[in-house]
Amino acid sequence: MLEIFQYKFMWRAILASVFGGASCGIVGVWVILLGIPFVGVAMSHAAFAGAIVGLLFGFNPLASAIIFCLISSLFIGPMAEKADFSFNTSVGIIFSFTLGIAFMGLGLIKGPKTEALNYIWGSILTISDGDCILLLAIFACLSLFLVCFYKEIRAVLFNCEIARASGMPEKFIFYSLLLLCAMTVSLNLNTIGGLLIFSLIIAPPSAAYQLTYNLKMMFLLSALFGVASCLAGLFFSYLFNVPCGAVIITCASLIFVVCLVFSPKRKVKLYEQA
Amino acid sequence: MSAVVKIRDVSVSYRENVALKGANLDIEEGSFLCVIGPNGAGKTTLLTVINGLGKIIKGNVKVLGMVLNKRNIFAIRRNIGYVPQKQDIDPRFPITVREVVDIGRHCRIGLLRRMNEADREIVESAMKVVGISELAARPIGHLSGGEQQKVAIARALAQEPKIMLLDEPTSNLDPKARCEIMELINKVYWERRLTIVFVTHLLGHVSDRCRQAVLMKRGRIVWQGNINKALNRKLLADLYECPVEALERDMPLAIN
Repeated sequence: MLEIFQYKFMWRAILASVFGGASCGIVGVWVILLGIPFVGVAMSHAAFAGAIVGLLFGFNPLASAIIFCLISSLFIGPMAEKADFSFNTSVGIIFSFTLGIAFMGLGLIKGPKTEALNYIWGSILTISDGDCILLLAIFACLSLFLVCFYKEIRAVLFNCEIARASGMPEKFIFYSLLLLCAMTVSLNLNTIGGLLIFSLIIAPPSAAYQLTYNLKMMFLLSALFGVASCLAGLFFSYLFNVPCGAVIITCASLIFVVCLVFSPKRKVKLYEQA
Repeated sequence: MSAVVKIRDVSVSYRENVALKGANLDIEEGSFLCVIGPNGAGKTTLLTVINGLGKIIKGNVKVLGMVLNKRNIFAIRRNIGYVPQKQDIDPRFPITVREVVDIGRHCRIGLLRRMNEADREIVESAMKVVGISELAARPIGHLSGGEQQKVAIARALAQEPKIMLLDEPTSNLDPKARCEIMELINKVYWERRLTIVFVTHLLGHVSDRCRQAVLMKRGRIVWQGNINKALNRKLLADLYECPVEALERDMPLAIN
């Protein structure tokens, strides 16, 4: 079993699991507490569409995915504000639009579509040193932003209107969260895949939400669950020779189910007595 | 006394609806102003004009001597404590009472700075005034509606505001909680000498500290003056478009 550590590609996959899983866990807390879980799915499809367009026109797919994702994140908020409808409606419009572009692009790609389809499922075992460095960079950016603006982030997550009315730069915080979410999703496209990353953004924070009333602890648990899901997925996919992204998501979902079953928040009376 | 809020010919629009039409109002420093009117009269919109949350399409507003514009908006908001209508909070939300009150302090200390000992004392003092010190470590979602309103008032007080905007803080509360909140508002007004703007559609919720009133109907300020003159049978019957007998059921105050 230990022979897996002899391979360099496996070490890269382990590093990607740690940085990617932790990043998705942190971003997931934002989208869950802001009540916009589908922003993850919209961005993952925007990144997927960007990668397909990149492949179609001969650009770097990752750069194209990042650009598409960032543009989508910048459209979602103002579209909801200007048109005066719910944020989730705006997310739904972006999601369907980018999905349309992705499928159109897939249809236009001539010959085998293997590379394009890799962006749906991801391929953590084939990532490069450069990909690992990018994942480390986005993890560092997320952590730095979280530490520097923790009090403002907490206020915005609790109630955007109160944060705004109190004189906080809530739009700066909110759009920074969206942009960092977009960057995280697009940089994880190679590893987890556009279709599956949404689950990795939702399941770990939802599991952490079951266990704690402390926001800092929720960030920590969510990041740990993200890392654990990725590492367990990597291990089992190697062991049983099954697609890695799918196993990662299965592990994340199982962690959520365990946390839900043993959640102390389901025993509110016990908490009150304590 | 000088006016801390000057509203001149202000109109606010949301979608096709004009929520506030040509409003003119001066609010004196240290006054307790009650904004009364039926649902949909534009009372909350009038409050949001003062703290810049409303979309002003016409007119101008001056708050604490500053023109309400993009440049001054953060400075103005930092000096205004805002208590919105009671909101549903997820009981599992990971934030404690003390952390919610901290939010009021955070806007005063600014970005990239941490709370110091003095800030923590202000937060503790705000919780003590409101009487929620023993609830400080509890998750906010576990509190009753009345307790959550007290937390909202403590958060606003931690901001050390010059003006407090209270948007129907006693709506949806039982009589005991309503009395407690009213006593608390009176105490805060008396001890801190703030300028308070209190919105309500229920006449029984008008504070006895209140001296000035604004009556609103269909987006317009239809009357302003002394509260005792406002609580007049004919005026109120016109305002609510129903017989005063129906209003009296919810109006323990004496009507002239």
